[in-house]
Amino acid sequence: MSGLWDLLTILFVSMGVFFFVAGTVGLLRFPDSLTRLHALTKADNLGLGLIVLGLLPRVESPQDALKLLLVWALVLVASANSSQLIARKVRREES
Amino acid sequence: MTGDLIFCAGLVLLILGLAAFVVAARQPFPAVVGFVVFGLLVSIAWMCLAAPDVALTEAAIGGGVTGALLLVASAKLGDPSKRGQKMKLARGFHVLVILLCIAVSAGLIAVVLSLPERAPTLALVALDPLESTGVKNPVTAVLLAYRALDTLLETVVVLLAMVGVWSLAKDSDWAKKPAFGYSPERGGPLGLLASLLIPVGVMFCVYMVWTGSDHPGGKFQGAAILAAMGILGLVAGITSVPAVTNARLRWVLILGPTVFLVAGLMGFASAGYFLAWPPEFSKAVIVLIEVALTPSLALMLGLLVAGPPRHSSQL
Repeated sequence: MSGLWDLLTILFVSMGVFFFVAGTVGLLRFPDSLTRLHALTKADNLGLGLIVLGLLPRVESPQDALKLLLVWALVLVASANSSQLIARKVRREES
Repeated sequence: MTGDLIFCAGLVLLILGLAAFVVAARQPFPAVVGFVVFGLLVSIAWMCLAAPDVALTEAAIGGGVTGALLLVASAKLGDPSKRGQKMKLARGFHVLVILLCIAVSAGLIAVVLSLPERAPTLALVALDPLESTGVKNPVTAVLLAYRALDTLLETVVVLLAMVGVWSLAKDSDWAKKPAFGYSPERGGPLGLLASLLIPVGVMFCVYMVWTGSDHPGGKFQGAAILAAMGILGLVAGITSVPAVTNARLRWVLILGPTVFLVAGLMGFASAGYFLAWPPEFSKAVIVLIEVALTPSLALMLGLLVAGPPRHSSQL
């Protein structure tokens, strides 16, 4: 049984790492701020979400699981808001 | 073990690289952003060294509050290259700075290399009388029982720093409110962020202070989070800074240091010397001081970032 959980962890964390790498490549390679933001949100939201999902089978208590989920939720709120703020600034400067 | 080693080596390289970036950055804004990330990485390094209390303080004060102070400062300074001003330093000054940096680094390297195999530690000395203080977190015992005088003076230093910032105000601006030089935008993403995050942050602050007596945490970290929530409210336009002449504001500012000082003076009556806690109420006194210090420190840190009272149109 624990082998199956380990497999899930490996699978989800690897997928999360993939999105982080993809997001970072996008941040470095994309031409302007808006497309870079688009790449970053993939790393923040999906990458971290998958890593949290992968770590959930490994927690020792339900409290720890809730903490992990809370971290993800807070990062979602923060990254969505900061992306909006940066995007607004970009649009204001363009117009 | 090798995994740990690879992680730590990567972390050290990142920290060094980021430090080089912060020093080499030509513009204030990227340098400040780099400095904030630097603080977060250093706090992860403290976690690796099994020092969660230091890690929390580094993240909250080193990265958070100092970062906010530097951001506000860099916004007030503006872009130095656009104002046609150039930093002019005498040539000898560069050489002097480089030599001093080399001397400090060489000294540190020498100290680290000369450490005995088993580093000297005061951990056992700190853990031994832990029971008599009633708290379970040895760091809190050091800060509020063994070395309470240092902590008392620290809080007074923060208060003095804030008075120092206030003293930069012009006489005509004294009764005015501190102004960020930033016009808050109601609603929008910031309003949403503030309304979502502030309740979470306040709860986190309460938890941080309460848990500090038994687990990593404490008033400084809690106060930094509370100050951050206040600043977020300011930037989002849902709270405003009271004028520095406000009596209630000043009472909150001196609440913590006053409670600390009175408790310390009562030590003369209960145990015969300053800052001695009566053994049976030791934990109660420590928790009371921490709880009283939190709003005072949060307000001090927030007002440090808000800056001196001034007319809002000037930047």
